[in-house]
Amino acid sequence: MNLFADAIAWLLDPAHYGGSNGIEVRTVEHLWISLVSLVIAAAIAIPAGFLIGHTGRGKGIAVLVSGGVRALPTLGLISILGLTIGIGVGAPIISFVVLAIPSILAGAYAGFEAVDRRTIDAARASGMTEWQIVSRVELPLGLPLLMGGIRSATLQIIATATLAAYISGGGLGSFIFLGLRTNDYSQMLAGSILVIVLAIVFEGVFAVLQRLVVPAGVRAGQRKDVRSGSPRSRAAAA
Amino acid sequence: MFTALKGRLAWSAVAVGAVVALAGCASGDPLDEGADAGGESAEALVVASQAYYSNEIIAEIYSQALEAGGFEVDRQFQIGQREVYLPELEAGNIDVFPEYIGSLLQALDPEATSGTPAEVFAALQEALPEGLTALEPAAASDQNSWTVTQAFAEANDLTDVASLAGVTEPITVGGNAELATRPYGPDALQELYGVEIAEVKSIEDSGGPLTVKALVDNDIQLANIYTADPNIKANNLVALDDPDGIFFPDNVAAIVSDNVDADAQAILDEVNAALSADALVGLNAESVNDQKAAEVIAEAWLTENGLI
Repeated sequence: MNLFADAIAWLLDPAHYGGSNGIEVRTVEHLWISLVSLVIAAAIAIPAGFLIGHTGRGKGIAVLVSGGVRALPTLGLISILGLTIGIGVGAPIISFVVLAIPSILAGAYAGFEAVDRRTIDAARASGMTEWQIVSRVELPLGLPLLMGGIRSATLQIIATATLAAYISGGGLGSFIFLGLRTNDYSQMLAGSILVIVLAIVFEGVFAVLQRLVVPAGVRAGQRKDVRSGSPRSRAAAA
Repeated sequence: MFTALKGRLAWSAVAVGAVVALAGCASGDPLDEGADAGGESAEALVVASQAYYSNEIIAEIYSQALEAGGFEVDRQFQIGQREVYLPELEAGNIDVFPEYIGSLLQALDPEATSGTPAEVFAALQEALPEGLTALEPAAASDQNSWTVTQAFAEANDLTDVASLAGVTEPITVGGNAELATRPYGPDALQELYGVEIAEVKSIEDSGGPLTVKALVDNDIQLANIYTADPNIKANNLVALDDPDGIFFPDNVAAIVSDNVDADAQAILDEVNAALSADALVGLNAESVNDQKAAEVIAEAWLTENGLI
């Protein structure tokens, strides 16, 4: 408990704010790296996931590739990329994109897949074009699951972005590495607390978002949380 | 059903046999000094090394030189880092250990201060526990250094760390994060020599390939790299001289127990006398670049220097 108190004291010490290694500077760096990685990962994974979910093709490959990518150790990836493109934020950002893609991809195609086939058939029978089916039926109904994928990807990125400091990319990992190497465990714990707080804040934001994106029609028909209800009964009720 | 069971039993027997055979190879407690190993190794000298390829090469050189001098040697290589083997060394379970004088002194006496190799060696003799002696150190050392590229050194007429003060372009330092807090870090350079450091970038691989890459790419101009690292030679880097000893000198010295008699000490002294700084870098390069085994490297070097 003493160590915890020391870490809080470290966080409250005004000497640790300001300058290039200040807490606020490192926090902004951490958020920036995480956000850039997340946006790039989403730009790649969401269209790919929608395509797989809508057509039902290529799912086997997507599962294989994203499973394999999940097994890549991020630190190793950062080191290898760093040896090619040099130190800085480049190598960490590419690595975090690779880290985030599987979760978002899975969320995107699972969201489409979970839509009841009869709902889609009904949409097609009532004269909707393929594009209308995607944008007005599959996308809104699949959005909660996609949000879930983005939510877990964000959590992974925020936690792993500490590794950017390994290769002078900055971020909150700087405090953890420095604390570890100099036996300054209150600094190390303080750095970890900051990462945890960021993770919890984003977790809260996404929990709210995930609720908000449930279409009104679905929400009216559901009794339980969207994640626990079976898609079939939900779609039928809608 | 029965045949399948028999087949499985046969495989189990083979597996058990293999395990017993392997256990035989390991010959019990690796640090037990031969009391239970029969007369054959009763007088063998235990030569040990760190889990560090360069240290193992030196230990292998010591072993082969001692064997050529008629001593029996029991090799106990790759026993972890200093925290792991130091208690064994202090307990007298190891007879010969290649060590680095500055680092060992700091481990034995955290309050110790740096100085010339002779001063550090004298302090080490004081700090060593009863029953252990450090033999005369070699010229070879494997220590921290401030390293620059050859091009940067030539452009700015750099020879030693003090000459960094004359550099006009901004200097970015790269190394582990703790560098900033070390007594030889950027602040010390500023204080002692008036060197202006523009920025410190943390690269957490302890002077490994990422640091070398950053130096070669000119992302950083000054890095903390070990002097015996073959990367220095391979990438045309220059380790700046350190005349004032801001880094602890880490010359290689054999730490020996009382079991090592005068004849054996003379053999080790002869080896260390031949172990120059360039020789150690050359030995490391053979391991890192050519992937040769320690025995091969050691034998070639001893033969070349007329020591066996």
